[in-house]
Amino acid sequence: MEKDQNIKKVLVLGSGALKIGEAGEFDYSGSQALKALREEGIETVLINPNIATVQTSEGVADHIYFLPVTPPFVEKVIARERPQGIMLAFGGQTALNCGVELYNSGVLEKYGVQVLGTPVQSIIDTEDREIFVDKLNEIDVKTIDSVACDNKSQALEAAEKLGYPVILRAAYALGGLGSGFCDTPDQLERLADKAFSFSPQVLVEKSLKGWKEVEYEVVRDKFNNCITVCNMENFDPLGIHTGESIVVAPSQTLSNSEYHKLRELSIRIARHIGIVGECNVQFALCPDSEDYRVIEVNARLSRSSALASKATGYPLAFVAAKLGLGYGLFDLRNSVTKITSAFFEPALDYCVCKIPRWDLGKFRGVNRELESSMKSVGEVMAIGRTFEEAIQKGLRMIGQGMHGFVENKELEIPDIDSALHAPTDKRIFVIEKAFDKGYSVDQIHELTKIDRWFLEKLRNIHDVDRELRATAGLEALPARLFRRAKALGFSDFQIARAVGMEKEMDIEKGVLKVRDRRKALGILPCVKQIDTLAGEFPAATNYLYLTYGGNHNDIDYEHDFRSVVVLGSGAYRIGSSVEFDWCGVQALETIRKEGYRSVMINYNPETVSTDYDICDRLYFDELTFERVLDILDLETPHGVVVSTGGQIPNNLALKLDQQGVRLLGTSAQSIDNAEDREKFSAMLGRIGVDQPEWSALTSMSDINAFVEKVGFPVLVRPSYVLSGAAMNVCYDREQLEKFLTLAANVSKRHPVVVSQFLEHAKEVEMDAVARDGEIIAYAISEHVEFAGVHSGDATIQFPPQKLYVETARRIKKISKQIAKELRISGPFNIQFLARDNDIKVIECNLRASRSFPFVSKVLKINFIELATRIMLGLPVSKPDKSVFDLDYVGVKASQFSFNRLQKADPKLGVDMVSTGEVGCLGEDARSALLTSMLSVGQRVPKKSVLLSTGNGKQKGDMLAAAKLLRKHGYDIYATEGTSRHLTENGIENTRVYWPDEEGQPQAVEMLNNHEIDLVVNVPRNHSDKEVTNGYRIRRTAIDRNIPLITNARLASAFIKAFCAMSPDELEIKSWQEF
Amino acid sequence: MKKATLILDDGTRFEGESFGYEGNAYGEVVFNTAMTGYPEALTDPSYAGQIMVLTYPLVGNYGVPSTSESSADGIERFMESDRIYPTGLIVGDYSEQFSHWNAQESLSEWLRREKVPGITGIDTRRLTQLLREHGVMMGRIYIDGATNQPEETDYNKVNYVDLVSVPEVRRYGVGDGRKKVAMIDCGAKNNIIRCLVDRGVEVIRVPWNYDFNNLEFDGLFISNGPGNPEACAEAVENIRKFIDNPEEKRPLMGICMGNQLLAKAAGATIYKLKYGHRSHNQPVRMEGTERCFITSQNHGFAVEPSTLRDGWEPYFTNMNDGSNEGIRHREKPWFSSQFHPEASGGPVDTEFLFDDFIKLL
Repeated sequence: MEKDQNIKKVLVLGSGALKIGEAGEFDYSGSQALKALREEGIETVLINPNIATVQTSEGVADHIYFLPVTPPFVEKVIARERPQGIMLAFGGQTALNCGVELYNSGVLEKYGVQVLGTPVQSIIDTEDREIFVDKLNEIDVKTIDSVACDNKSQALEAAEKLGYPVILRAAYALGGLGSGFCDTPDQLERLADKAFSFSPQVLVEKSLKGWKEVEYEVVRDKFNNCITVCNMENFDPLGIHTGESIVVAPSQTLSNSEYHKLRELSIRIARHIGIVGECNVQFALCPDSEDYRVIEVNARLSRSSALASKATGYPLAFVAAKLGLGYGLFDLRNSVTKITSAFFEPALDYCVCKIPRWDLGKFRGVNRELESSMKSVGEVMAIGRTFEEAIQKGLRMIGQGMHGFVENKELEIPDIDSALHAPTDKRIFVIEKAFDKGYSVDQIHELTKIDRWFLEKLRNIHDVDRELRATAGLEALPARLFRRAKALGFSDFQIARAVGMEKEMDIEKGVLKVRDRRKALGILPCVKQIDTLAGEFPAATNYLYLTYGGNHNDIDYEHDFRSVVVLGSGAYRIGSSVEFDWCGVQALETIRKEGYRSVMINYNPETVSTDYDICDRLYFDELTFERVLDILDLETPHGVVVSTGGQIPNNLALKLDQQGVRLLGTSAQSIDNAEDREKFSAMLGRIGVDQPEWSALTSMSDINAFVEKVGFPVLVRPSYVLSGAAMNVCYDREQLEKFLTLAANVSKRHPVVVSQFLEHAKEVEMDAVARDGEIIAYAISEHVEFAGVHSGDATIQFPPQKLYVETARRIKKISKQIAKELRISGPFNIQFLARDNDIKVIECNLRASRSFPFVSKVLKINFIELATRIMLGLPVSKPDKSVFDLDYVGVKASQFSFNRLQKADPKLGVDMVSTGEVGCLGEDARSALLTSMLSVGQRVPKKSVLLSTGNGKQKGDMLAAAKLLRKHGYDIYATEGTSRHLTENGIENTRVYWPDEEGQPQAVEMLNNHEIDLVVNVPRNHSDKEVTNGYRIRRTAIDRNIPLITNARLASAFIKAFCAMSPDELEIKSWQEF
Repeated sequence: MKKATLILDDGTRFEGESFGYEGNAYGEVVFNTAMTGYPEALTDPSYAGQIMVLTYPLVGNYGVPSTSESSADGIERFMESDRIYPTGLIVGDYSEQFSHWNAQESLSEWLRREKVPGITGIDTRRLTQLLREHGVMMGRIYIDGATNQPEETDYNKVNYVDLVSVPEVRRYGVGDGRKKVAMIDCGAKNNIIRCLVDRGVEVIRVPWNYDFNNLEFDGLFISNGPGNPEACAEAVENIRKFIDNPEEKRPLMGICMGNQLLAKAAGATIYKLKYGHRSHNQPVRMEGTERCFITSQNHGFAVEPSTLRDGWEPYFTNMNDGSNEGIRHREKPWFSSQFHPEASGGPVDTEFLFDDFIKLL
């Protein structure tokens, strides 16, 4: 079969910044699609403002545009590039929605662009609920009784007819945005208000809470051949968004007849809708019969399809792209065996468990209950040969201090029944607690509706834990029980704790003792391949996992010391996401290019680094000390790279080093010297570098004494925490005392670090690569916001635009000193505060930072490639000085997902809350900033702007911008203080009233009526009253989908940018053209 | 749980724990990569004389439905026959607790009733790889403390079809004016009968060596069955009589063993595959078309299509290893598939072959 020969150039739409509901999975699927196109010799064009992705790297697409994935920008790129085809299925809901708009407005037809893969009409058929239900009725497939409503009264009427409880869904929304359950008309009314601000149409459906939720991934070619690559069953019953649920593959509790009934339905649907490529069908399955309902169909690659690809080894996105070009499934090979056909359905001989990762603790006020819309920020996938092994691995992988299902720190659950019934991010641990309190499987089943099979398996873990606890020490542990515990996924840590070793020694010492004993008994994990055919054919790829469910390794090791192991970055979370995946992938590629065997350890199914094609051996497994050592025992590598995966590998460095592991690059001792505040501080003192005053304190009186000395505000934080979790700025004694009671819970064992907090200081970042203490390449970038906004939330411009030459010089000098002092070999990042020309060092990380892909791509120098070569001991040359002299600007802006996090206060602080970022280029800072702001979903206001601009200093910052707004004809509405300040300065405005004030117009009402197009609300730091008032305005803006900016400096910059030029005037240029 | 050991003919030992019946067993060790459908597989007569290794490790999760509940025609409602056929079952992680609305008992209880031993806790992936590399082997299951000595027969020489076929003619879906299908029972799965009866025909199930040529019928069906097709010379002879009659125009359909017996009657030779096809994910392509299907399979022997007599041609071909998956006559309404269009367990994509057959009647 031949593909369509007329297609020579194809445009692929990306999904933009990572957000809740649309994350790394689309970097993976887009990268796969681009790979498939390149293999066909097709010229590729990619639009994706997410600069940290792998797909926007050199060599992945031919033309890369860091632009918003919105119709006006995409049209301009089409006009310039004139592709023959466009692919809409690889960039999530963002790309799909954009594609549908371009189709409906006739743009695609105008430029003769053919949609490759599933036709747009089919997409519309799945997205419009009414059409969808009709379509499925035509083929006798049952859907959930639902009524499409265009307004609130229709919704109420529909709910009355269907009977409560009902579920409300917004049409055309990603990740169940604006969806939820309603038990009463009141709840429905509230939710409907919100849903209608996201979507012109809502669906009211009968709720099937308690039914099983099962998904199928279906592939269809244009010849009508269909396969289902994988089915997956949710551990949590219907009612919790599948992105919020623990998911297993394949299904565990379905009989053959149920499995194949749903499979056949999936295929019938894919055929009838006319999918070409891939789609996902979600079912509700009755737990007491074979009755079912189709929940929805996603006519595109999805989070589930990324998971299914990783769970089975079947590269869905790659195959979907090929099918879009006109191939039949029979033309393609199985990319794991290389000899069998791609037309087949994978047979698994292991069990896969996906667990979401939440970061709800970071958001003040957020509703922690899990519902039908998604809140998790990442996920992990664990593989085992028992369910117990998979789930315990997974619970460790989510990286929130849990050691598995059991042997965790005590959880405080006041009311177990309600905690079981109304699930939160902690529910699985509540189940353990319930077992502990003597709840039976049946009782828990009644409260949770989780299938008894899953609960029985968890019960197994609990029971074995009891047996371990009854053992009098490690020596007394029988080999049989030891082995059984390992097969059920117990870590050495859990065993050490269960048999009571903590009482006698440091737990870390205990863990090593368990390890030694285990090895002496010959209880070792073995390596298995994921081969898609359960052993029926040999695999030609090394997609691996470790398990205690076997005694034979699938691969033979060379022991030639040519392996270089790269530790990945684990689950995406706030503070660590796709940017570290990019770093990992760049390291792997360099290692491979230099003739070493590249080995990756990682467990995040949303990533490119866990694509088995990207390295010579992929271990899809834990990044725990225990498992990494297990793998290193097998690999006997040349060395290990710990500096490209963010904080997880960084934290392992010292422990691995102590076990004699050879780390490549900067020494573990140096890493510790930078991580350990005391040592780092002493070093800075020694070399005469300034830093904000700080102290590690254990008592309130010490803290008071310290504050007495440095004055408020102060920054309070526990040590060794990623992205400043539980970190806060306190402006007065009351706040300090309040916060410390909270922080003390977070870190009982560690002292609290209190440091002087500088206001109105610039924050500057140094990203660099050094060799033996000498800086080889560097990038200095500057935050738009003043210090106080976490660097992960800040808007960053590179090269810096408003930095004194002297400041830059000093920063370079200090960096050189630090690099030399710590003998850095590899990537590192230093954060500075600069006020006037006074420079202080805030932090130093001897690893790649979040901004490495950004600066690498803006500079067009791959910092990680350079760093990897250095770590491998290969010669590198310093880039010529002229390359640092750019005639364009890059701006990195942050993406927030507050709309997903009900009730969370959408403001910024020292704790990071953004979920993603974009990086856009421009001829000048304004155009780059405008493009990146538009890319993260900000909109240029049409008419009205609401200002509420904080304290005096911040108000002053905003004055010029407010003048500009008036000059450009905007109506300004302002709250009391701001209004007065504006009037005093001769700026015409209308005063609006705070929620707790009498008077008209009310700010919140105006927002509810969509009379405001942009809200600038700069939180003041003090009174509770202001906090509450401000919160209501901020939250209403988010709930009404009205752009919100909470920082005066950023708001000014944005306003100045859109007043200087309209988005239409932005020059459209590809990355390569800058 | 008692210790249980599997010893392969080449001496390889696997140790695990016993579940189900606590007795020793002997059989040809074969692996099945299906991830679901253990009640269906265990009651499939084509597994007679074999020890079944399930590559999917988690087994027993949804228990076992009623083994006795029957439809109007007296065939088991949830099972493919009235008993378990494999001589042993080997899994990675047997699930002692089960959960399903339709379950009546645990897999272990059922195995116990049927006197079939199971082993759990062994590296079934390793075992599968050995069978793949070496080819299927005979194996012995030893349960600690069990004293019975199972008969050790040469799998390839036993006429298993004779052991599993019905002893006398039985009729299903009897009704006035219904078309009649004579089915040679080599070890038919119940679902074949269901698929035919549900399409409104009467099925006359005859013993494998019964000369159906004397019966009155509108179409001929040759079922699946266990073991070596060479042992079924009488059936081949009867089929040959049917297809060699130049006047014969009545349709014929065969499945699995049926494909092999029809092919033999049509002059072809049969060979034993190294490790067979036992799975729910076998891709086949309809010859000369772009139509591909995922099929359920269970066979250890295959047809050599180049040896087919004139007038016959391959119908389907396996997309993984190129082996024959069905044959058809160029002019007459006669065809057969190596795979199982009746599924149960497995995908139902090829059930249309029954429709094709019924239309021809």
